Amino acid sequence: MAEVAEDVLAIIAAKIPGERKGVRLTDKLEELGLESVDFLEMVFDLEEKFEIQVPYNANTAADDFTTVEDVVKAIQGLVEQKA
Amino acid sequence: MSPLGHDTLSYWSGLAAGTSGIAQPTLVDPELLQGEVVAEVKDYNAADHFDERQLAPLDRVSQFAIVAARQAIAQSGLELGNGLSERTATIVGTGIGGSTTLDESYKRLYGENAKRIYPLTVPKLMPNAPASQVSMHCGLRGPSFGVVSACSSATHAIGTAFQMVRTGIASAAVTGGTEACINLGTLKAWEALRVMANDTCRPFSRDRRGLVIGEGAAMVVLETLEGARKRGAEIIGEIVGFGMSADAADLTNPDIGGMARGVQACLDDGGIASQDVDYINAHGTGTAANDTAETAALKATFGDQASKIPISSTKSMVGHALGAAGALEFIAILLAARENVAPPTANYLGPDPACDLDYVPDEARPHKIDLAVSNSFAFGGLNAVLAVAKTP
Repeated sequence: MAEVAEDVLAIIAAKIPGERKGVRLTDKLEELGLESVDFLEMVFDLEEKFEIQVPYNANTAADDFTTVEDVVKAIQGLVEQKA
Repeated sequence: MSPLGHDTLSYWSGLAAGTSGIAQPTLVDPELLQGEVVAEVKDYNAADHFDERQLAPLDRVSQFAIVAARQAIAQSGLELGNGLSERTATIVGTGIGGSTTLDESYKRLYGENAKRIYPLTVPKLMPNAPASQVSMHCGLRGPSFGVVSACSSATHAIGTAFQMVRTGIASAAVTGGTEACINLGTLKAWEALRVMANDTCRPFSRDRRGLVIGEGAAMVVLETLEGARKRGAEIIGEIVGFGMSADAADLTNPDIGGMARGVQACLDDGGIASQDVDYINAHGTGTAANDTAETAALKATFGDQASKIPISSTKSMVGHALGAAGALEFIAILLAARENVAPPTANYLGPDPACDLDYVPDEARPHKIDLAVSNSFAFGGLNAVLAVAKTP
């Protein structure tokens, strides 16, 4: 599962605009400068990478994902379910 | 952005030299086609114009529009401060929109059985994407929308923008057309219409074998003549007439009456007498049906005068860029009038008895051009015609 977390962090980091490199689990998604389209691409990349379906709805996303850690945990959960 | 180069100078000098931009496709595997040739924008590298982040939501059709719009705005020297951004319209025609994005998504979905498609597929392929993206990239905050009328899209777009500036709805406009439809799905659809040439494009010529699909974009900046003079702009030409009509007849076969009414509406709009027209850039697709009908429509409109006017089809060199064609041809008439040169109809093999006007075969002709007309006639019978005059 540590490997999953690492891959999730890398995928999120790749979507952050500008020079900033790397993210921490405690980072808030809205403070990373991710725009709506970045978020869509991030979910797409996560689904492709782990061959999962993320039940993500842009209308309720703020409730589901606040921090980077929320995303990591959600993906870890989906990967476990698949296994 | 044209099959002859990525800027106005390369495009115009290519036209004036009779250069062909038509070749075997590289964007699509030729083995999957029935031998059709195309006119691609060559040596285009998106990374020369956009960074990775900018590129993600941009189909090739929007990329071309933005590159062309940036060039047009730079040439115009228009300063968008002091509220001008909010009074500048962005009106962009396209026949299809982001067809490559659509094609790739379907390939993925049906061909590769993928479970999901790229998340920005909708905003990339929507036909208003080029208008939206030009407004965003160039900071234009006035009225903006896409114009869709197949092969007349760009002419309708420029004409609409012209009317908006003329009536004061907008102080300036960035307008034109764009197309980037050289992908397998679109070419197979055109193939099924049985109108595509497999040798080259020979408008008005005997033994012509049909049209050649092209791609590209052309954009211009419009403002009032008074405004352009006041700020000391380099004025390329003046739009003096715009006409439109619908055939309300056959879906794909052109209608002589509809074409003629479109041309006449343009002349009427500008108060232009038939003897005042010094050059016509024809729709001239190279299909059997268009070229004979267009010839008849020009005779109906101009009478005896028709045989005295040099008429050419620059599609013989750059193919038919559908929703961008009218804009590329608008640039052609602007420069024809500025340079006093009628660009040729290339690849001409000799007269077709049903096409018996002066088509400026094969070589550009020095010719005093004070006023020039460009025709666009679309599938669905939608006709649009623009007239420009040499800078007064």
